[in-house]
Amino acid sequence: MIAFRDVAVRYPRRADNALDGVSLTAARTQLTAVVGPNGSGKSTLVRALLGITPPHAGSISLDGADTTRRPRRELALRLAVVTQREEPAFPLGVREYVALGRYAHLGPWRGATTADRDAVDAALDMTDTESLVSRSITELSGGEWQRVRLARAVAQGGDAIVLDEPTTFLDIAHEMAVFELLSRLAADGKAVLLVSHQLNLVARFADHIVLLHRGRVATAGTPSQVMQGEILEQVYDWPLVVTRDPAVGAPALVPLRGRPRR
Amino acid sequence: MRASRWLLLLAALTVVMVVAVMLGTLRLTPVEVLQGILGTGTPIQVAVVRALRLPRVLLAALVGAGLGASGAALQGATRNGLAEPYLLGVSGGAAVGAVLAVALHAPAPVVPLAGFAGALAAVALTLLVARASGGRGDPRVVLMAGVVVGAFANATIMVALSNVDASVVRGALWWMMGSVADAGWPQARLLAVYVAIGIGALLLLGRAIDVLALGEETAAGMGVDVVRVSLAVYVAGALLAAGTVAAAGLVGFVGLLVPHLVRIAGARTHREIIGAASIAGAALVVAADLVARVATPPAELPLGAVTAIIGVPFFLARLRRLA
Repeated sequence: MIAFRDVAVRYPRRADNALDGVSLTAARTQLTAVVGPNGSGKSTLVRALLGITPPHAGSISLDGADTTRRPRRELALRLAVVTQREEPAFPLGVREYVALGRYAHLGPWRGATTADRDAVDAALDMTDTESLVSRSITELSGGEWQRVRLARAVAQGGDAIVLDEPTTFLDIAHEMAVFELLSRLAADGKAVLLVSHQLNLVARFADHIVLLHRGRVATAGTPSQVMQGEILEQVYDWPLVVTRDPAVGAPALVPLRGRPRR
Repeated sequence: MRASRWLLLLAALTVVMVVAVMLGTLRLTPVEVLQGILGTGTPIQVAVVRALRLPRVLLAALVGAGLGASGAALQGATRNGLAEPYLLGVSGGAAVGAVLAVALHAPAPVVPLAGFAGALAAVALTLLVARASGGRGDPRVVLMAGVVVGAFANATIMVALSNVDASVVRGALWWMMGSVADAGWPQARLLAVYVAIGIGALLLLGRAIDVLALGEETAAGMGVDVVRVSLAVYVAGALLAAGTVAAAGLVGFVGLLVPHLVRIAGARTHREIIGAASIAGAALVVAADLVARVATPPAELPLGAVTAIIGVPFFLARLRRLA
């Protein structure tokens, strides 16, 4: 379980907190989604978890242990992260790249075992990236690269996975496949924490949604609790209606045309 | 990288080294080279091979191996194909040390030591500047700090050289252009140990460099302590470069060029890249030193100039591919 308790993060030379007392939990077997407008603190949440912008107040824990006090390699054995941006600097084979996901298990010197190779094979299979293994990561399309990054995180293993907008650049089929994969990972027992702009898909797939607004939790709960027209309209500052999607009856947001209400 | 490419690389290094021992004022056949090494040739052959050419060729190979490995590791850790071994102020610091030693009329053996000390001081200064700026592991901040320290070193050199006589300027310049002409066994042995430790350390860091090359956030998520590992690579790479500077002065372009060459040859993981860059760097510097030695007898060309002349056309070709 990933737990944020009253976490506050402030970037250097900024007056206001990027995260201002955020508490949330991502439990095992659940798909927890963090949504919110641009600049609401979603990515800061991930950066805080990675220890890049450590919280100046509050605490972040993984299965009860404080993440800021544990070595990164030990954390990586339990928690895999797909960050929002990643630009490959040099060519590397897709298979080698996915195998790097095993770094935390291997350390600097130990050779890969059958277990490591099996984890890589399984990750390639689950993300439908086996056909890409002979390519270099510098030669992939945006969508292929996203899926290969996901494969790397799946190969890393552990009980928790955090993803920051993993379906950017993906077409509908691949986006759906990613959401299906995430709910399968949750069903298999992982804690899945997903940062996403895809409110409608999140409403269909997530067990729990946290809506961030200006560094604070505006509301949190089940999809039908969070997907309320009034709240969303206020947070996103744009006129919209919430309806039911005709296929499965999940709450669905439809933004309206017109000027934002001031 | 495929096994056949590794064999090709090793074969190239061996051939270049043998040819380098063969050629010179006294031409030798491969058999005479072997006899010279074994001590069964004529006394003059044995002396030329054992006392003059072999230590020189080995020293050149070690300098090239160190620069190749250092450049490969630093390019990976900074995610920048323009990074090179002298990145952290090594060249500027070494030049300041050497110029001061020459200007103060220090005895000849002190000059490389002063260069080494200057290089270490510059590396420490660069890392302190980066740290004071809050950058710590951030490659961009470290690169900028290296540029700043390098500029400061250049200014220091110009001030130091503005008021000394021409012979000092010439002596300092000559040292800065790089040379393995004064090679001897003690130097070669010392550098062999030094370079072996340095390359070993970088190879040990190779897998972490693979992860680091994916960027700070991704690396942190995959279990690499970004600040500590980056620092380890910077220090190991810069110390390795500083050692080669003490042995042979400044030999430019090798550390920049060779990692690109081995990536083109198919090296992908940093353990491969660092290993292959060591071999290719050794071959390149031995070949460059051979050219420097035999191109315009009896005079010698500066080694650093030869490596740059080899490097420039390569980079022009590479630029065309990128554009």
